[in-house]
Amino acid sequence: MSDIVLDRVTKRYPDGALAVQEVNIEIADGEFIILVGPSGCGKSTTLNMIAGLEDITSGELRIDGTVVNDRAPKDRDIAMVFQSYALYPHLSVRENMAFPLRLAKLDTATIDRKVSEAARILDLTQHLDRRPSNLSGGQRQRVAMGRAIVRNPKAFLMDEPLSNLDAKLRVQMRTSVSRLQKQLGTTTVYVTHDQTEAMTLGDRVVVMRGGVVQQIGAPQHLYEHPANLFVAGFIGSPAMNFVPAAVADGRLSTALGDIRLTDRLRRAMERADAPREVILGIRPEHFEDASLVDERVRAEGDVFTGLVDVVESMGSDKYVYYALDEKARSAELEELAADSGSSDVPASEGQLVTRLSAVSPVREGDHHEVWFDLGKVQLFDPATGRNLTLEP
Amino acid sequence: MAAFGGTDTRARKLRWSLLNTLVVVYALVPVLWIMSLSFKTPATLNDGNFIPREWTLENYRSILSTTEFLRALVNSIGIALIATAIAVVLGTMAAYAIARLQFPGKRLLVGVSLLIAMFPQISLVSPLFEIERTLGLFDTWPGLILPYITFSLPLAIYTLSAFFREIPWELEKAAKMDGATPGQAFLKVIAPLAAPGVFTTAILVFIFCWNDFLFALTLTSTERSRTVPVALSFFTGDSQFQDPTGSISAAAVVITVPIIVAVLFFQRRIVAGLTSGAVKG
Amino acid sequence: MSKERLSEDQASPGSPADAPGQAEVTSANGSGRGGRAGGGRSGRRTLTEGQRSERRLALLLCAPAALVMIAVTGWPIIYSIWLSLQRYDLRFPADQEFVGLANYVEVLTSSYWWTSFGVTLLITVVSVAIELVLGMALALIMHRTIVGRGLVRTSALVPYGIVTVVAAFSWRYAWTPDTGYLANLFAPGSAPLTDQASALAIITLAEVWKTTPFMALLLMAGLALVPDDLLKAASMDGAGPWQRFIKVMVPVMKPAILVALLFRTLDAFRIFDNIYVLTSGAQDTSSVSILANTNLIQALNLGIGSTMSVLIFLSVALIAFVFVKLFGTAAPGSDTEGRR
Repeated sequence: MSDIVLDRVTKRYPDGALAVQEVNIEIADGEFIILVGPSGCGKSTTLNMIAGLEDITSGELRIDGTVVNDRAPKDRDIAMVFQSYALYPHLSVRENMAFPLRLAKLDTATIDRKVSEAARILDLTQHLDRRPSNLSGGQRQRVAMGRAIVRNPKAFLMDEPLSNLDAKLRVQMRTSVSRLQKQLGTTTVYVTHDQTEAMTLGDRVVVMRGGVVQQIGAPQHLYEHPANLFVAGFIGSPAMNFVPAAVADGRLSTALGDIRLTDRLRRAMERADAPREVILGIRPEHFEDASLVDERVRAEGDVFTGLVDVVESMGSDKYVYYALDEKARSAELEELAADSGSSDVPASEGQLVTRLSAVSPVREGDHHEVWFDLGKVQLFDPATGRNLTLEP
Repeated sequence: MAAFGGTDTRARKLRWSLLNTLVVVYALVPVLWIMSLSFKTPATLNDGNFIPREWTLENYRSILSTTEFLRALVNSIGIALIATAIAVVLGTMAAYAIARLQFPGKRLLVGVSLLIAMFPQISLVSPLFEIERTLGLFDTWPGLILPYITFSLPLAIYTLSAFFREIPWELEKAAKMDGATPGQAFLKVIAPLAAPGVFTTAILVFIFCWNDFLFALTLTSTERSRTVPVALSFFTGDSQFQDPTGSISAAAVVITVPIIVAVLFFQRRIVAGLTSGAVKG
Repeated sequence: MSKERLSEDQASPGSPADAPGQAEVTSANGSGRGGRAGGGRSGRRTLTEGQRSERRLALLLCAPAALVMIAVTGWPIIYSIWLSLQRYDLRFPADQEFVGLANYVEVLTSSYWWTSFGVTLLITVVSVAIELVLGMALALIMHRTIVGRGLVRTSALVPYGIVTVVAAFSWRYAWTPDTGYLANLFAPGSAPLTDQASALAIITLAEVWKTTPFMALLLMAGLALVPDDLLKAASMDGAGPWQRFIKVMVPVMKPAILVALLFRTLDAFRIFDNIYVLTSGAQDTSSVSILANTNLIQALNLGIGSTMSVLIFLSVALIAFVFVKLFGTAAPGSDTEGRR
């Protein structure tokens, strides 16, 4: 178990392409850290550099205070779980898990003991003599985990280890990965593109985009205080709503109607480069059916009335979609949309997603009034994407 | 099968069985015929019966007692094995580079070997005949091994690079993470996975070399290096008074046996090798 | 277990402290896209080696194969062209001299050449046409049969694997009067191999028998590329078995069909073994390869033989050119640049 420090780590390919730019991360001993971002954001490259599978162009990688930039993967004492599991097809489950121990020239008795122990933890005992091709996806995933834990390495690296599983199994495996990591207390770096995994698994989350770290923090912190538009849009599901807003006569004129400026929002506006136009962000779960909100709470927010487009009843709550006339425009938002695939959906106007209580009587086609919490509204600078509501 | 939806299973099975039988008959009749000839006695040789009326091993006994045939058999086996070994080694090296590495001239190499695969071998006969006479390679083993390597290399390269592309190379990374040196990663993980492809290629190349007639006919002149297919065709003029049909048939069966064995045991591999190499090649 | 963190929140573009950095973040947009392209490639690189050493290794690995292929084909081709411009008869080595294109004039005005050329073309076209039909049928059987798939595939490989000369002898004896079961069955009292038309038919038969399985295997590889869902969709759209074959399978398989045709056409054009054993080229049944061989090895006329070699080479090049340009056959290997 060890701490890992990335100090201005940069990866530049020989053709000049910059994959990772000056990444600084300090991973504490025993910490479970998640690298998350859209595909091509540099998260896998970063992981491979920690593993030693890719050279570091500049900067320092330290494990336990020792610079390991030039050490071969085998001399770093790190185990890795691959997206494809990378199980050796010509070896049985037992031989797969024993492989790193054999290479380390451990004696047979020790190898047997460690493999049985790992198999017991991962519930693989009855499959030890089968070949990987005869296992289900979930079992293969567990063998890959087993091969990593038998060695008792300094750290685990996991490269989207759950993305080849179906949705239900993924949720199950997510909890067992989390439990296993707590049980073993081994420093873990986990790469994923799935924000749900990032939120639920990690002690801290590193959001990356275009080779640059956007923000590092605990999941809840990222959710409540995103540093910029990208993080705000990436974290949370359904995604945060973004609408254009402009200051006029001491009020904020938006597609949700005119909103009064609270002190917090006024201070935020003062931080904008061009304090006229901003983007307003608010999460779907910070709305509620106005008829269900009592007066006292109502005063802390504002209301919006619009034509209900679609109602999706989830049982526990209702997702209510409103059509908006305008849509917020920003390069960062376009990139977010491109990543989620929604840029393929034609949308000349905006859409507002709200999450209301299941008891809400709302129906499609209604003009319905919803309340939203002004304390949760965030303002962003459209040019830089910076979150203006973040107190310095 | 959607194509025959509606008919019941038994009728479909029957229909496929009939079609299969047709294929088997098509493929095997000429082979059975030459086998039948090889077991016929001189008296019944010309009766035109598909199945021998009298069986004898005399034809085999007679060819196996001549040095002409035995020497040719040794030549065939030796030349084909050596050519196969060299072609597979060279082909493996080149195919690994083509499948795994980026380098200038890759397209050129693939293009050139493709050209050679389609090259009319007769066009090489006259210059090779002349060059080999000058270099003293004419009528020697190397004189045949060289052209065999050349013409089987394209086959080897295509088949192997198709196989190599299928190997999950992420395993190499996994092995490194598990503490293997590059050498260990190759020996313990990659080599066992590449072996089937190399073996399949060896079979295909061997069949190719074993089969050749044109080079063996034109680049040899004596028993020193003449291979069985050529020796066989020369049985004809052996003696005016002895009908060579029986001997030829027996010799033909002898050199067909290894092929039948290879096909029986490695059918799946040969099919995989030919289809992958041919389409993706 | 200490989880002490020096910086709880390292928002790079967030805090005003790095306000000058903001311009960088936005401009990092551009370089970020570049980095994205680089990042996508990361998994495919041989990582610990630089590009240069990768190239050196590749060239080292390819060099032996390339050298052998060039030494055994490249130099002889040039030598062959030089020989074709000589009067060079091994029986009269003293008469060797440069004669320019005289050999070409002699060959191209010779009726032997044109007869052989016609015979070769005829055999090529007819046998490849039959093989395409039979090969497709065989491919469908091998691909779709529900019983005895292994048996069918194994027996289909027998003609492919067997030595051509052996098969040719089998056919020769089958059509020899008295000896052969086929001669007695179909042509009692005559000798089919001594008549040009029937001899050519038998040669074509032998060629078709031997090479149909190869054609079928190439086509089967194409069949495997036709997704089952596509056929299901077509039958939902009301296509019968024949329509599914013509309108769905054949168009999807077209590249594989063209490659198979190209391979087999070039292969059939160099037909030699079958004719050598079956008729030795008698009764005007010799192919261009047989004729060139006769001039080279039996008549020892290297000049004329080499001229024919060059002409055959040119014909093959022309056929390949026609396939690639007119039919748009993708040369196999042209799409092998991708690593996977």
